Amino acid sequence: MSQGFTIPSFKLPGVLSTIGAHLPQWPHSLALATALNVAARAGLLPADSLAQLADRSFVVEVLDAGGVASFIYRDGLFRPLLTAPQAPDLCFQANLSAFLQLLARQEDPDTLFFKRELSIVGDTELGLLVKNMLDAIEWPPLPRLSLFQR
Amino acid sequence: MAARKIPQLICPAGSLPALKAAVDHGADAVYLGYRNDTNARNFAGLNFDHRAMVEGVRYAQTRHCQVLMAINTFAQPGRFADWQRAVDGAVDLGVDAVILADVGLLDDSSRRHPDLRLHLSVQGSATNYEAINFAHREFGVRRAVLPRVLTLAQVETVVRNTPVEIEVFGFGSLCVMNEGRCWLSSYATGESPNTVGACSPAKFVQWQKSPDGMATRLNGILIDCFAAAEPAGYPTLCKGRFEVQGETYYALEEPTSLNVLEILPEIARIGVAGIKVEGRQRSPTYVAQVTRTLRAALDELARGDQRFSVRPAWQAELARLAEGSQVTLGAYSRPWR
Repeated sequence: MSQGFTIPSFKLPGVLSTIGAHLPQWPHSLALATALNVAARAGLLPADSLAQLADRSFVVEVLDAGGVASFIYRDGLFRPLLTAPQAPDLCFQANLSAFLQLLARQEDPDTLFFKRELSIVGDTELGLLVKNMLDAIEWPPLPRLSLFQR
Repeated sequence: MAARKIPQLICPAGSLPALKAAVDHGADAVYLGYRNDTNARNFAGLNFDHRAMVEGVRYAQTRHCQVLMAINTFAQPGRFADWQRAVDGAVDLGVDAVILADVGLLDDSSRRHPDLRLHLSVQGSATNYEAINFAHREFGVRRAVLPRVLTLAQVETVVRNTPVEIEVFGFGSLCVMNEGRCWLSSYATGESPNTVGACSPAKFVQWQKSPDGMATRLNGILIDCFAAAEPAGYPTLCKGRFEVQGETYYALEEPTSLNVLEILPEIARIGVAGIKVEGRQRSPTYVAQVTRTLRAALDELARGDQRFSVRPAWQAELARLAEGSQVTLGAYSRPWR
C-alpha cells in the first residue's frame, strides 16, 4: 500500500480542463493503450478476463485535466482510437487525483464511487470486470527511488 | 492483568492482492471462493482460479493465517457434482475449513470428508441455537456465522447454548439482514446470491447520468436517483428509495455499513469466536484499511485494558470506507423491546 507519501485529494484549476480539451487527445490514448499492452504481455492481466474485453470500446476521461483516452481491445491488443466513440461500451470519469489514488491503491474504487468521485457509465458488468481485473493485478515492487524516500 | 481472549479477525479476499493485504495487515483468517457460482460473490473478474488459489493458501498459511473457503450457494438441480468438486478441491488445497450453506452439501461433505472442518454460512440462515445444534449433531459443524438479525443479547443466548463456535459480522455493507431467505434480487432479476452467486447481478444494473445527477435501474426498475454530489450505495432493491404512501424514502434499508467497534468488548466478553469483515467484492485497498483498523482495536482489547475506548481515528477510517459514508450497530443494538 501507499507508505511514506500519500496523494492528496485535489482538483486542477478549471482553466486546465478548458485548455486540455482543446489539445489533441490521441497521445493519451496511445500512452494508455501501450501501457495496457505492456501489462498484458507481462502476464499481469488474466487471460480469461482479457478474452471478455474483445471488441469492446473504452473511454477514460480525466475531468479536471480535460483529457480523454479512448481505446478498443481487438485481436489480443489494446488499440488507441483517434476519436472518442460517441457511445463507448464503458466510460470511466474522475478527476486526476482520484485516478492517481486508485492507481496507487490508496483509495478503494467502491469508496470513490460511493462518494461520487468516480463515475462508471455504460455496460456495468464490463465495468465490474475491469475494476476486478485492475484489483487483481500484482504490481511488481517499485524500484526504491530516492525521490520518494523520506 | 492476564491477556483477554479475543475473537479471530476474519477478512475477505476477492483476489490474490486482497488476500495478501489481509494477511499483511493482521487477519487471523481470510475467506475466499472459486471463480464460479459455488460462492455468493460470483462477480465478473473476481475470485480465484486454481493457480491463484494455490498461491493464496500457501501465502496465508505460511504466515499463520487460516484460509476458509466459501462454497456457500445452493447446489442447482442436476449440478450437484460441481459443488462436490469445489469441496474436493478445497480438501486438496488443504484449506482450514469450508463455509457451506446447502444442507445436502453439508451432509455429503461430512460423509466424504469426515476430517474436513465445516462452517455453517450466513446463507444457511441459522438464527437460533436449535438450528445450529442440529447442524452440529447431523453434520459435525464446528462454527456458525450468524445472520445479521440478532441483538447482542440474542447472540449471547446462542453462544451459551451451543458447543458450536459463533462468528458474527463486524464491519461491511449491510444486507437486508435476511440472509439465505431474501427474494428481492430474484424478484427483480430472476437471479440471487443463493442461485447464481450474485445479488443484483451487474448485467442488470444501469447507471444513467443526467444533468440533475444519476439514476440507478435494476432490470429496468428505478431504484434510486442521486443528486450530483449525494453519496451513492450499491444498486440493490433493498437499498433503494421508493414512494410509499406519498412519501419517497429508504423504505427497506439505508445504504450504510455495519461497524461494531463500539461494542467490541461486549462481543469478546460473551465469547464470540470470530468477527467477520464483509466485502470480497471490494479492493485490496479496502481490505488493508479495514483489517489494519480492526486489528489495532482487537490488539488493544487483548491487552486487557479495562479502559478500552474507540479511537476517533479508527471510527473515521471505517466511516470513510462505509457504504453511504455512514455506519450503524445494526440489529446488535435494539434498545426497544
